[in-house]
Amino acid sequence: MPQHETGGAPGTPAHEVRDFLRRRSEEIAQRWADEPLFRTVFTVSREEAVEAGRAVVDALARVADSQRVEDPDAAGFTAVREQLARMGAARSRAGLSTTQVASELAALRPPVDKLLVADLERERPESLRECSTALTVLMGTLRLVAMQTALSEIQALTDRQRLQLLEVATPVIKLWDGIVAVPLIGTLDSARSQVVMETLLNAVVDQHARFAILDITGVPTVDSLVAQHLMKTVAAVRLMGAECVVSGIRPAIAQTIVHLGLDLGTVRTRAGLADALAHCLDELGANIVAAAPGGADRK
Amino acid sequence: MDTAAGVGTRLPIRSDMDLVWVRQHVRQAAAELGFSLVDQTKLVTAASELARNTLVHGGGGEMEASHVAAGGNRGLRLTFSDTGPGIDDLDRALSDGYTSGGGLGMGLGGARRLVHEFTVETAPGSGTSVRVTSWVSRPPRPREDV
Repeated sequence: MPQHETGGAPGTPAHEVRDFLRRRSEEIAQRWADEPLFRTVFTVSREEAVEAGRAVVDALARVADSQRVEDPDAAGFTAVREQLARMGAARSRAGLSTTQVASELAALRPPVDKLLVADLERERPESLRECSTALTVLMGTLRLVAMQTALSEIQALTDRQRLQLLEVATPVIKLWDGIVAVPLIGTLDSARSQVVMETLLNAVVDQHARFAILDITGVPTVDSLVAQHLMKTVAAVRLMGAECVVSGIRPAIAQTIVHLGLDLGTVRTRAGLADALAHCLDELGANIVAAAPGGADRK
Repeated sequence: MDTAAGVGTRLPIRSDMDLVWVRQHVRQAAAELGFSLVDQTKLVTAASELARNTLVHGGGGEMEASHVAAGGNRGLRLTFSDTGPGIDDLDRALSDGYTSGGGLGMGLGGARRLVHEFTVETAPGSGTSVRVTSWVSRPPRPREDV
């Protein structure tokens, strides 16, 4: 059973490395503090960088202790995972590519290797070589852990952004006295169409609107579910005493709706937003005319 | 006889997010094959309907997309499969206006009208697999009119 005390149970290269790491922890941390990765991330004080370095050395020693130098899932890494992620993220923010971050991580190995060689130069050449190999593997695993952590951070960010994208605010725009419009962009799923319906109905009340225009120019696919959402929104607007016009029906969408067999006969539709606005103005009895030379102004 | 060219891409259908990805993938694949904008839109819409069926009625599954070629004509084949309860009465499921999920009941029948070839394999209790194929330019019509 491997012991936790320094110097306990030497023998395997991994344990030699563990003992070496514990013995030289301070020197390694000091040298790392001068490496770009630590120096540029921990800018407040050198002591902070050394502290961070010590934590990493400690984690490496624990991994070596468990004899799992090639295992990125080794329990020893858990303690520094968050710190490595922060360091990686800081470097990415500074504009470094993933490859550059990886090579900065790789630069941590030579100083440690030098110390190891100096420490074990009186050992047999084979045992030095074995220890050096174990250390190399261990540092490679550290690199892998850091990159893995950075990747999962990116994944989490992507997931958050996808959620945000689905919740993009749906603005209701007042086009004219009594006419409001909602430009729909992206996927119209149940959750978003609920948001659209609520904001639109509120706008109809607030603006005393008689016409509401739903513009679907920015909706890439109109399938039966999207059509159902549209029809429900139209019906709800109608219940509020306003008329709803769906605009932005592109030729490809129109053909698809016909083939799909959807009946939008009850919904007033127009090809473009301008057509829809013209229709609403017409119904309101408002006309837009070109300014006469005499200087007539709008209604 | 048509041959499948290239390895099929498999996309999981487990959530609403996956539906977005399915649509984007189909649109891109169709555009790369040279589908016209109308045909792209039709195929994407059909894929959207079928993927939603896979998710809502089949409890999730996957879509496999592959290129097919026949007599110099290229096409895109999409297979939606799930291991859900299957379809009891296929004729009724294909008829317009029939729904078991609170929708408009246009999904399956509508999707059939949007593609060139359409086959369903299903049995109660053993899942459903819907395979659709669309060609860049319409081939001699092998299917009966609907």
